[in-house]
Amino acid sequence: MDVNIMPLLPTVQVLLTALVVVVRDLFIEEHQPKGYLAFISLLGIGLAVAEILGLWGGQEGAFADSIILDNFALYFSLIFLLAASLTILSSIHYLRQTGIHEGEFYALILFATVGMMLMAAANDLLVFFLGLETMSIAVYVLTGMWRASERSSEAAMKYFLMGAFATGFLLYGIALIYGATGSTNLNLIGDFLVEQPSDWPVYLIGGGFLLLVGFAFKVGAVPFHFWVPDVYEGAPTPVSGFMAVAVKAAAFAAWARILLHKLSPLDTDWVFPLWLIAIGTMTLGNLLAVTQSSIKRMLAYSSIAHAGYLLIAIVVGEEWGGLPLLFYVSTYACMTVGAFAVLTCVAEGDDAHENYRDFAGLGFKRPFLGLAMSLFMLSLAGFPPLAGFVGKFYIFRGAVMSGYIGLAVIGVLNSLLSVIYYLRVIVAMYMEEGGTEGKSFGQAPYVYIAIALAVIGTIYLGVLPAAALNWSREAFSALD
Amino acid sequence: MFGLAIGHLSILLAIPVLGAGLLLFTPRRQTPTLFALALFASGLDFLWSMKILQLFDGKSGDMQLVERVAWMPAFGIQYIVGIDGISIFLVLLTTLLMPIAILASWSVQDKVKEYLIFMLLLETGMLGAFVALDLFLFYVFWEVMLVPMYFLIGVWGGTRRIYAALKFVIYTMAGSLLMLVAIIYLATRYAQTEQALTFDLLKLYGLHLPVDQQGWLFLAFALSFAIKVPLFPFHTWLPDAHVEAPTAGSVILAGVLLKLGTYGFLRFAMPLFPDAALAAGPIIVALAVIGIIYGAVVAMMQSDIKKLVAYSSVSHLGLVMLGLFALNLQGVQGGLYQMLNHGLSTGALFLLVGMIYDRRHTRLIDEFGGLWKQLPVFSVMLMVVTFSSIGLPGLNGFVGEFLILLGSFDVRPLWTAAAATGVILGAIYMLWMFRRVIFGPLTNAANEKLADLNSREICLLAPILFLIVLMGVYPQPFLQRMQPAVELTLKRMATITATPVTTDHGTRRESKRDGR
Repeated sequence: MDVNIMPLLPTVQVLLTALVVVVRDLFIEEHQPKGYLAFISLLGIGLAVAEILGLWGGQEGAFADSIILDNFALYFSLIFLLAASLTILSSIHYLRQTGIHEGEFYALILFATVGMMLMAAANDLLVFFLGLETMSIAVYVLTGMWRASERSSEAAMKYFLMGAFATGFLLYGIALIYGATGSTNLNLIGDFLVEQPSDWPVYLIGGGFLLLVGFAFKVGAVPFHFWVPDVYEGAPTPVSGFMAVAVKAAAFAAWARILLHKLSPLDTDWVFPLWLIAIGTMTLGNLLAVTQSSIKRMLAYSSIAHAGYLLIAIVVGEEWGGLPLLFYVSTYACMTVGAFAVLTCVAEGDDAHENYRDFAGLGFKRPFLGLAMSLFMLSLAGFPPLAGFVGKFYIFRGAVMSGYIGLAVIGVLNSLLSVIYYLRVIVAMYMEEGGTEGKSFGQAPYVYIAIALAVIGTIYLGVLPAAALNWSREAFSALD
Repeated sequence: MFGLAIGHLSILLAIPVLGAGLLLFTPRRQTPTLFALALFASGLDFLWSMKILQLFDGKSGDMQLVERVAWMPAFGIQYIVGIDGISIFLVLLTTLLMPIAILASWSVQDKVKEYLIFMLLLETGMLGAFVALDLFLFYVFWEVMLVPMYFLIGVWGGTRRIYAALKFVIYTMAGSLLMLVAIIYLATRYAQTEQALTFDLLKLYGLHLPVDQQGWLFLAFALSFAIKVPLFPFHTWLPDAHVEAPTAGSVILAGVLLKLGTYGFLRFAMPLFPDAALAAGPIIVALAVIGIIYGAVVAMMQSDIKKLVAYSSVSHLGLVMLGLFALNLQGVQGGLYQMLNHGLSTGALFLLVGMIYDRRHTRLIDEFGGLWKQLPVFSVMLMVVTFSSIGLPGLNGFVGEFLILLGSFDVRPLWTAAAATGVILGAIYMLWMFRRVIFGPLTNAANEKLADLNSREICLLAPILFLIVLMGVYPQPFLQRMQPAVELTLKRMATITATPVTTDHGTRRESKRDGR
């Protein structure tokens, strides 16, 4: 059999980097500085990004088409790598402060990224499952890495139990689909659905629903969202950002390829439940976010709400929802990673500085942090001309285009609700006094770099989205 | 010249942003430099807008100085700006009030740098909303405006500033987000019928939608604009925002921001959905008249001068809406004229209130009385502005009110009569306030040592007073330039609706009035 390993190149690149980090870490003495492990990781990520840019436009399958590296996979890989690199940048200082082991931390971020890249490229339910587990296990460990913190351990336990539960659903769904169609390869399953357009066994539809439930768990959609706030709150702050962005993006990538695209003949059965889930996710996420006093917890609920907006794109279907989904994920990545990075910069190691009152007066004490956080909050709330607005605009446009006007109206009303709590952060930063100092650039330079990059992304995607939109289009249309 | 590459209107929009960029890199300790820079940028923008006025051809009703640049070509979103007789004076009003507002901010001492940056960004947002001819672009500017205003109220406002700022944003966004859905739907319908993706306003004007769809879309647009105007019963954000905002914020809010609501009706809601606008006319007029009377009555009861002026805005803008929905030349022209009048006179009133507040740190009418002797210049200025606000013949307010009532009387005599009583009420509360503040014995000892206006304050009021008189005695240059654009808008509505709009009739009246 002819084995083409080109499609695995970026993934293997990241995997090798992770191994180098792990091995190099073993040979560093206990009290030696380990900071350069972060730069090894960043270098590996940079190489992988370069490979992705080089491979852009191609479409190659490997291992009997169980992995397909097309623009879709490349697009999502870019987002994962971007999120991973910003997470690494914003954790360098944080790790030293909290005493989390650096080598393992960076390696686990990279392992999780490998899993995500596999998920985005998977054209076989089993490969998808492998990717998912690689990612999930790495992230379970990351969540609990701050061993001195009880909350961190609690979060890891919760996440692990809930995640295992969701994995069970997914695996059972995969088994049922395999039983009905006789294959785990998505191409063959797709052919089966097209050749037999009706008369499907009940357990095929049941399998589809189980997959749906599994995905809903992973993206934190209502009513499977209970773990999200506790886990995000307890995890080390950079990890929370990584989960909110990259893990969610990976789940949506797989969702888009498997359910939205390949299994789309089944969607008449699940469109209505999904519609309900989308509305519930947006509304509950936003309502609960309003009541939070901790910004970290608010961001957790806000990430639930944003999963709801993304679900609108899923409900709308691949014709009008595909491109907005991809574009929204990239806008969401910039602003959310940025917001968590600012949070990292304000928090003083311990959990005490994540509340609104700790942000009081930050806008004048640390003008850059204040400005950046304001931009992220305004963008998350959907103010033009920032990334979040353009993303939402295309999602709502897709909904209107395909006739889901009610969904679009509920979506915009939810945006209105979200303005309340996002602006509260700005109120605290600019209109109140007291609170913590936050770290200066001198104290934590790399976080500032991460924040600056996220700011640039947030503004760029808002003001000049044409190029990124084009990329999203090329990526989504690469799905055959 | 570089003007060829970048159009005149783009430069108009860019100057304040560039000014804000310069401010960002100016050390925050150098307060005078910061003020000078901001004043320079806004002043330069005013001069540039005068140049635009010079280039503007007043005989044409079409869009002029139009610029088109593809922005998101795949989705038909363009950067289109242009100006016509409807928007040009609103642009001028904005560029005129902005340097005045900055000059009036001398008393701001805290966080001056950020304050001035937000003022300049606000200017670009407002100007952009007036010149945008692409619905997407318009929406962007419409929302961009909110953020600086939110900060201005929330950071530099009074005691209840945070509440007022949040209320302002939430109210405005509630309307505008639904408008966003309507904009998308409109573009979708255009894409379905004409097979072309566009948000170009001039093209969308040509879209003939069935009446029921127009109704929903009009509702979404109208809600957004009605909140901004504000039309009764959507006005409750306004007293809070006005009272809590710093002086310059109130000036801009009343002077320009509210005009965006009425402008939105005239530019977007009415010509895009003429049938719906015609059908909704009676309801909107009823709300406008209720607003006129309600605003006046509530204003009369206020003990705080700033609140009084705030409620008078509700009343005055009701009058503007009455004129616009008369849908004839005098009515609409009068409404447009009244927008400028209100911008000038209410802007000046807020400035005067701010000046007296800076001296006494109170705005309660009861605290004053007999200021005539102590503050002669202030009293004269307040008198002129009060007269302008109540529509004394010879000053600008009269021209606008007269045209509105004239135009509206043709269509809805009863409602117009009711509105006229509101105008009388307006005279009562303004004069009553004036009498209590200025005349009578000077009983309050705290007022005995007040200093009269200084030269800076006189300078910043002078241009407004000059325009108040000029627009009162010589309205023709203004009305003339508005007329072709207003006629075009009415024609757009008339050709689509079957009902004839009395334009001929209107022109005849107009000429008769000119001959007077």
